[in-house]
Amino acid sequence: MNKWVAAVALIIVFIFMFLTAVYMHPFGEPENQDMDQYMIENAQNETGANNVVTSVVFDYRGYDTLGEATVLFTAVMGVLVVYKKTRKSGES
Amino acid sequence: MIPMSKIVRTITNILYVFIIGFGFYVIIHGHLTPGGGFQGGAVVASAFALLAVAYGRKKIVNLLNKEHLSVAEVSGLLAFICLAFLGLGTVFFFNFLAVGRSIPIFSNTPAGINPGDLNTAGIMPLMNIAVGVEVLSALGVIILTMFLGFKEGKEK
Amino acid sequence: MNIESSAIFNLPFITVVVLIGIGLYALMFKRNLIKIVIGITLIESGVNLFLISLGYRKGCYAPIYTNAPTTAMVFPIPQALTLTSIVIGFAVTALMLSFAVLIYKNYGTINAVKTRRLKG
Repeated sequence: MNKWVAAVALIIVFIFMFLTAVYMHPFGEPENQDMDQYMIENAQNETGANNVVTSVVFDYRGYDTLGEATVLFTAVMGVLVVYKKTRKSGES
Repeated sequence: MIPMSKIVRTITNILYVFIIGFGFYVIIHGHLTPGGGFQGGAVVASAFALLAVAYGRKKIVNLLNKEHLSVAEVSGLLAFICLAFLGLGTVFFFNFLAVGRSIPIFSNTPAGINPGDLNTAGIMPLMNIAVGVEVLSALGVIILTMFLGFKEGKEK
Repeated sequence: MNIESSAIFNLPFITVVVLIGIGLYALMFKRNLIKIVIGITLIESGVNLFLISLGYRKGCYAPIYTNAPTTAMVFPIPQALTLTSIVIGFAVTALMLSFAVLIYKNYGTINAVKTRRLKG
C-alpha cells in the first residue's frame, strides 16, 4: 500500500512541475530587469573589474562568498572526523 | 589501490605541471576572463586526483602531504577574512583599493570594451588568490583522505 | 502561453522538470544508499540548470567587458548564485558518501531498510 501512495504522490508532483514549466514566461524574455541592468552598467565604475560576475560574487554579494567558504571548511572537517584512526584499533 | 601502468605514469609526470599552471592562470585572471577562485581551485584539485590515481596508495604519500595542505587551507580562509575586515572603516566588505585610489596597488579603472588590464579591480585579485588556495587545498584534503582511508575486500 | 513566439516551448524548463523527476524517483523508491545519494545529486544538478536558464536574454552575450562584441549582456546575478550552489552541492555529496562508508563499516550492509533499527 505504501508504494502506491508514494507513486501517486510522485505523479502529482511531476504533473504540477510540468504545468509550471509550460506556463512560465517564454525562455529568453524575462520580465524584471532593473537590478541586473544596474549591475551591467555600473560594475566597471564602482568596482573596476571587467568581469561583472566576479564583481557580483566578491563585491556586491561578498557575504554569500564568506558563507560558502565556511560551508566548504565545515565539510572538510566532517570528512576528517569520519576517517580518523584511533590508537587502540589501529585501522580505519 | 594498485598503481597504473608505466605509460600512464610517464604521461602523468609530464602533464601535471601544465594542469597546475593552467589552474593558477585561471585563479589570477579572475577579474578579466571567466574564472576566479573557485573554478581555478577545482582545476588544480583535479591535477591532484590525477596524481593519486596514477601512482597508487603506497607512493602518493611521498608526493602530497596532508598536513601541509591542511595548513594552506586554514591560511587561505584567514587571509580572506582579514581582507574583509580591512575595509571596516566604511562597511564590512569594502573595496578600499578601487574606490579611494590612494594606495597604488590594483587601482586602475577600465571603461567600455577594452582588451583587459591586470592592474585593475581593487581588492578582487587578492581575494581570488585567497579563495583559490583555500579551495584547492580543501578539495585536495577530501580526495586524499577518502583515497587513503578505506580498505577493500571486507564482507560480512 | 504564446505558441507562436517561442518555437522551442520552454525546452530548458522542461529539461529541469525531467531531471528533478528522475532524481525524486531515485530518492523515494531505491533501497541502496549510494543510489539515494545519486538521486540527491541529480536534484541539485536540475536546480543549478534552472537558476542559470532564468537569466537569459535573447541575442545577448556573456557579461564580460574584455573584448566583448556588444554591450547587450545576459544577467550576471543568477550565474553568481549558481557558483555558490555548485560548491555547496559538492561539499554535501562528499559528506554523505563518507557517512555511507561509516554505515557500511558498522552494520555490514548498505541496505536502507535493514539499517533502520537502532542498535545499542
